[in-house]
Amino acid sequence: MSAVLADPNAARAHARSMGGTVVEAMPTLPPRAEDQPAGVSPEDLLWEETIAAGGYASRMLARGTRLRLIDLRGDACASLLLFNAATPAERLNIADTVKVQWDAYPTAGSLLLSDMGRVLASIEQDDAGTHDAFCGASNAASNQRRYGDGRNSGACPNARDRLLLGAAKHGLGRRDVHPCINLFKGVRIAADGAVAPQIGPFAPGRSLVLRAEMDLIVVLANCPHVLDPRPWSVTPLRATAWRGPVTAQDDPIRTATPERLRAFLNTEDLYRR
Amino acid sequence: MENDPHLDGLTGPLLHDAIVAARAPWRHRVNAGETLRIIDLEGNQAVDFLLYAADDDAERYSAQDTIAAQANIFLRTGTALLSSEGRPMMTIAATSVDYHDTIGGACSCESNSLRYGHHTKAQHSCVDNFLEANLRDGRGKRDIVSNINFFMNVPVEADGALGIVDGISAPGLTVDLRAEMDVIVVVSNCPQINNPCNGFNPTPVRMIVSA
Repeated sequence: MSAVLADPNAARAHARSMGGTVVEAMPTLPPRAEDQPAGVSPEDLLWEETIAAGGYASRMLARGTRLRLIDLRGDACASLLLFNAATPAERLNIADTVKVQWDAYPTAGSLLLSDMGRVLASIEQDDAGTHDAFCGASNAASNQRRYGDGRNSGACPNARDRLLLGAAKHGLGRRDVHPCINLFKGVRIAADGAVAPQIGPFAPGRSLVLRAEMDLIVVLANCPHVLDPRPWSVTPLRATAWRGPVTAQDDPIRTATPERLRAFLNTEDLYRR
Repeated sequence: MENDPHLDGLTGPLLHDAIVAARAPWRHRVNAGETLRIIDLEGNQAVDFLLYAADDDAERYSAQDTIAAQANIFLRTGTALLSSEGRPMMTIAATSVDYHDTIGGACSCESNSLRYGHHTKAQHSCVDNFLEANLRDGRGKRDIVSNINFFMNVPVEADGALGIVDGISAPGLTVDLRAEMDVIVVVSNCPQINNPCNGFNPTPVRMIVSA
């Protein structure tokens, strides 16, 4: 083959022959989904991608966009960072998220709050219920200890370095990678403070729908949970996004509690023109 | 000096001794091997606390790495305070309080507006202290991450209910932190007056560094 590919024309033909290859973990362009929710037209699809086991993705999502994540085979772990796309110094504040809502376990109806008292995203639907606001991302050191390797270039990449790559593609760096929320892998806290991870694997196809309440940069890493005791285990994560309306004044999530209502008031104030 | 009970058990020479006024920020370099003792002088005073690696301040305290490594949300004697790169920055060498918090975060003007109402906008906050102290070293908003709250109590109930409740600290209780690397310590002596974290009355704390 190397003799053939010494010729640029042959190299071009070889490269072009790969076009159209279909694998499991890849984006679909333009986005196409057989299972988009009722009422969503194909023209409103914005993003359709299956994120590899150990992979990552990052994307800008406009206010009102819905992002559905599906744990296709029951063993995904979606570590999520959120930034205000216009001013990325504003970002997910996981401590405020649990403290302001007086709840350690985000699920349907919960808000993901920024460090500026605004709501970055609402959890509109959640049929998983196992999420983790406390343990954060694995890192090169923790993967090295557990698997003997944690490098992006190796077989057991770690979530923090995946998040870093995703953030870097929007001009962000190490100072911007903040405490994350892990979706699909959960945790429960005992009275003595002990952390019990909920690792699964779970039933295939569990899903969660986020509603962007601001213009966002979303960064996702799909690596094993930091407290997963097994050999490196994770399965692909599917992301589908579609256009949707900005949250209405009478939205039940917006009005559910005084704290949530004020988070929406602060957010709406940012977009007042 | 020899009768100062706040110095009990510190064996090395004193390098620094400061009172941080109620509501004020504080920033200090602590080198590897040195011990920082924080004293809750009047009791129930939350001390909001961040760490940066002195040689590379993009590496900083990570509450999530610290929690994951010990599989427990409470910081007790023996807890290693880990960095965003998973390295030990300081160790809790001793403390006379049962445990300390690292899930409750820092108060800010903005989160106060959610928790208590927009009438609190003009009140001072820990994030403003963190910003003031960090800006002097060229750090800014992106450098503020989930922090430690020494002497603060944030239990999680069986149903997930979580909140800042009455402190478990008392006058004169202490925490001793041994530096495992050269670190910049940034503190906000919490000015919050809307919840029990400071007994509704912010008070001074004392910082002692010994070799």
